[in-house]
Amino acid sequence: MLDVFRIAGRNLSRYRRRTLLTLLLIVIGMLAVLLFISVTGSFKAMMVGQITDSVLGHLEVHRKGYVASIDTLPLNLNLQPGAMAKVEEALQQVDAVQTWSPRVKFGAMYSNFAETTSIRINGIDPAREAATAPLLPGRISQGRRDGPLLTKGEVLIPALLARGMSNKIGDTVVLVATNRDGSVNGKTFVVRGVLESISGPGGRDGYVHIDDARELLRMKEAEVSEIAIRLQDPARLGRTETRLRQALDGLTNNEGQPLLEVHTWADLSPFANLARLIDVMTVFIKIVLVSIVLVSVMNVMVMAVYERIREIGTIAAIGTPPARILSLFLGEGLLLGLLGTALGTLVSLAAIYALNVWKVHFVFGQQQALVLAPRIGVFEVATVAAMVIGVAVLASLQPAWKASRLDPINALRHV
Amino acid sequence: MIDQALPLKRLLDAHGTAATPFEKACTSTPLVSARGLTKTYRNGDVEVNAVRSADFVIEPASFVAFVGPSGSGKSTLLNMIGCLDHPTSGTLHVLDTDIATLDRRAAAHFRGSNIGFIFQDFNLVPVLTAYENIEYPLIMVQQWAPQQRREQVMRLLHAVGMEAQAGKRPDQLSGGQKQRVAVARALVSRAKLVLADEPTANLDHDTAYRIIDLMKQMRDEFGTTFVFSTHDPKIMSEAELTFTLEDGRVVSRADKRETALA
Repeated sequence: MLDVFRIAGRNLSRYRRRTLLTLLLIVIGMLAVLLFISVTGSFKAMMVGQITDSVLGHLEVHRKGYVASIDTLPLNLNLQPGAMAKVEEALQQVDAVQTWSPRVKFGAMYSNFAETTSIRINGIDPAREAATAPLLPGRISQGRRDGPLLTKGEVLIPALLARGMSNKIGDTVVLVATNRDGSVNGKTFVVRGVLESISGPGGRDGYVHIDDARELLRMKEAEVSEIAIRLQDPARLGRTETRLRQALDGLTNNEGQPLLEVHTWADLSPFANLARLIDVMTVFIKIVLVSIVLVSVMNVMVMAVYERIREIGTIAAIGTPPARILSLFLGEGLLLGLLGTALGTLVSLAAIYALNVWKVHFVFGQQQALVLAPRIGVFEVATVAAMVIGVAVLASLQPAWKASRLDPINALRHV
Repeated sequence: MIDQALPLKRLLDAHGTAATPFEKACTSTPLVSARGLTKTYRNGDVEVNAVRSADFVIEPASFVAFVGPSGSGKSTLLNMIGCLDHPTSGTLHVLDTDIATLDRRAAAHFRGSNIGFIFQDFNLVPVLTAYENIEYPLIMVQQWAPQQRREQVMRLLHAVGMEAQAGKRPDQLSGGQKQRVAVARALVSRAKLVLADEPTANLDHDTAYRIIDLMKQMRDEFGTTFVFSTHDPKIMSEAELTFTLEDGRVVSRADKRETALA
């Protein structure tokens, strides 16, 4: 079989320009696909990382119905200490869970004593929040990043609000909130830091200590609006979600209905739709690559058969079995695919490396100066390579079949 | 209809003991025998009788020519002997095989095992060297082991006097050299029968004679039967057994060996 490949290689070399053009098309196609996958993959990973590691966590647990009315941040759908304890017990039993952070979320009026505006606030346990959303401290653009995220009496405010209200670090501000019973309460805070906004839910929220939140909302018990969960391995998100759902299914309300609901970050963030769109675009780009390879290899092989009809007649006349003629032409297609894949992979990896050396900066939504760091996995490269090689062989099948079925007499008479 | 060919074995028996491959080959049964062989093509509503009721016998190790003007049926006859085409009627046995019974795959296998071809236009693979062109059937048809392949190709290169040109591609060879390579390619897989359709038509006279001499020499060395077609009177005179065709019919048979013995 190696000898057949050797002859197939020689046959490809007889029309050098055509072979090189076909290889070039395959290389360009592979470059486009691998670059697209690596750049969009990097963008996706970065955005998902931003969303999960600085705001949402990988999973969130709420009381049933909370997410449906999350725009109003309902205080009557908070988890009571009893339910919270059971959730914590369940979380401890799931190995994949690394840590979690309880939050009290509420809407408030924010005043700098001259102007007032609305704000969404997360009451957090600073240490647990920093462990669950490790990129959150990195979003502090003004103020201290060392030490705890904040202490009691301090507030982290979003950058847009700080600019709009002309607030600086150390300014005293007032938060006024309505508690579950409808009464209003206010409390002064010192601005500890300004947070860079990010896209997605919670990306423009402020943060206070969870005890301050409960005090402001006059909670008698340690209620919790949501529990953000960080996993050891985000790749196990689906399995962990199922596991957690099963673990929490036993908790029911008075009507016997499930008390809690579990959501992944993708359920909560509109970016998941964008990520899905990127995946769909990747499929389309792959289809374009398949078309390029299919058309170019098929064109080369059809021409090869047409131009070598007399030669095919000769090799058939001397007794070459049809299967051997078929394998000769399939070998030519396979070699084209292999060569194109090897060159395409090399060029693509070089381009990805270059993009990592000469970094590309970009802006996405509220996020400035994001740095693109394209990465591509062995699996993705192998998948695209296998696809190209497979399609090259497939494209050669019809011309090769035709060659193997040629009548030697007619082929020898061909001019 | 002409007389059945006189078996060469009887002639040789009368004139000494068989010793050379050529002589040994002559002691066996006919290599090719045709009886009432007919080939009719249909071109629309018109029937073309390319070969009509041909009867002939070709003994092993013969040097045979089918001669006649263009359109007399020489190529059609060679195509049928070479299992490239089936007769419309009559019987044709090659190496005791009724070629009408061979399907496409079996015919390819039969040709690969028994028959070599030499073409008017040489039909060498342009991207392969002389060595590789000769080696080609051993890779594509018979799958010989590399060492055996090398030995056999070198033997044939030596036999046709092309050792020095082994590494040259067809476009670096003269017409005569190309045909020598083609002769070697036809013989490399130890074919018992070599069919050559107008093998000298594209060669000058001197080269044509040299190729015919080479073919004879190969017949003597390997005991292979050579059957060729030609319309060149000087070349046809080189054949030991000549069948003349006109309008698809075998109209005469001339055997120099019989004449010599007589």
